[in-house]
Amino acid sequence: MANSQVVYDAMKGVGITLLSALPETWLVHLIRMADEDPAMTLVRLAKEEEGVGVSAGAHFAGARSAMLLQNHGFLQAINGIVGVSLLYKIPLLMLITDRGSFGEKDPWQTEGGKYTRPVLDALHIAHDDLRRPDEVQPKIAHAMTLAQASLSPVALLLQRDLMWEEPN
Amino acid sequence: MGRTELKRLDCLKAIYPRLEGCAVVTIMGAVAAELYSLGHRPNFFYLEHAMGLASSIGLGIALAQPKRKVVVIDGDGSVLMNLGGLTTLARSRPNNLVHLIFDNETLLSVGGGAPGGHKWFTTATATGTDLAGIASAAGFPRAQMVRELGDFEEAALDAINGDQLSCIVAKVDAEMPKSFLIDVHMLENRFEFPRALQTKGGVI
Repeated sequence: MANSQVVYDAMKGVGITLLSALPETWLVHLIRMADEDPAMTLVRLAKEEEGVGVSAGAHFAGARSAMLLQNHGFLQAINGIVGVSLLYKIPLLMLITDRGSFGEKDPWQTEGGKYTRPVLDALHIAHDDLRRPDEVQPKIAHAMTLAQASLSPVALLLQRDLMWEEPN
Repeated sequence: MGRTELKRLDCLKAIYPRLEGCAVVTIMGAVAAELYSLGHRPNFFYLEHAMGLASSIGLGIALAQPKRKVVVIDGDGSVLMNLGGLTTLARSRPNNLVHLIFDNETLLSVGGGAPGGHKWFTTATATGTDLAGIASAAGFPRAQMVRELGDFEEAALDAINGDQLSCIVAKVDAEMPKSFLIDVHMLENRFEFPRALQTKGGVI
């Protein structure tokens, strides 16, 4: 929860006023924070590709946004990322919980993570990992700066050490 | 289902003057080309790819600029690629968004139509899928289907002048546009559109 608060505060700090999301175990606190924040618009998506359109619309209207998603959500959104963000040169900040790495206990999460970085690289999408609380704020700020300057998607891969909390 | 008498172009002519001041997002192909043929404006954005996401883009605009009227001009083929998006629109329920859908029962602009209005690659609306019914069941406070020009004009203008999330489905001919030419480059359109939306007292 404390680390999710650090991530949430960093997103607010770079001027994000709209988040689109689908839930994921590691994202529940972030989504709750967005839901309880009257200054944040939370768009609950049916499927991740929609979020690419929502973020593009927000950008056209002058608002900063981000998408909260998981490896498979990223893979699901590829057509929108190529056909909207890359084709039209539109900034898009994606915070992707990076499942399937060392320590993964859920067998069904072990495949999607393998392809996330290769697909990001194939699309020439700049990406970095978020692993420690002290690197969250500067990296989110730098990611947003690059997205806005390059008019491109950028991705931050949220790691287990940062996001996973044992259930109470 | 068969042919109707209603033409997309006549529908667009009927609402064109009212689009002033709105943020207008269209799908690719015939809809974009015919709106363009009536006279391009910087508050028109033609989404030339990513079928299904025009309404998602409209939602992002509507949420970020709640005082701006947003008109999404969609088609049956595109809507069917993002039916979940109708549920996202419905639950977000922006009262400044109007979703117009031209339903020609075919994937006309990607090769599913042919001269003379022949449909060789139909969509499911040709076999009975009711997009207004889906929008209504998704939770749109207003959703209706029209088949006559007068009905379209009345419903669309009423929706644009109103203050609730609305979906108007118009059953139209599967007629090719006279031209697919849009002499505004995609990137030119991409940059002029947000400028128009963000300029206070601007040209839109």
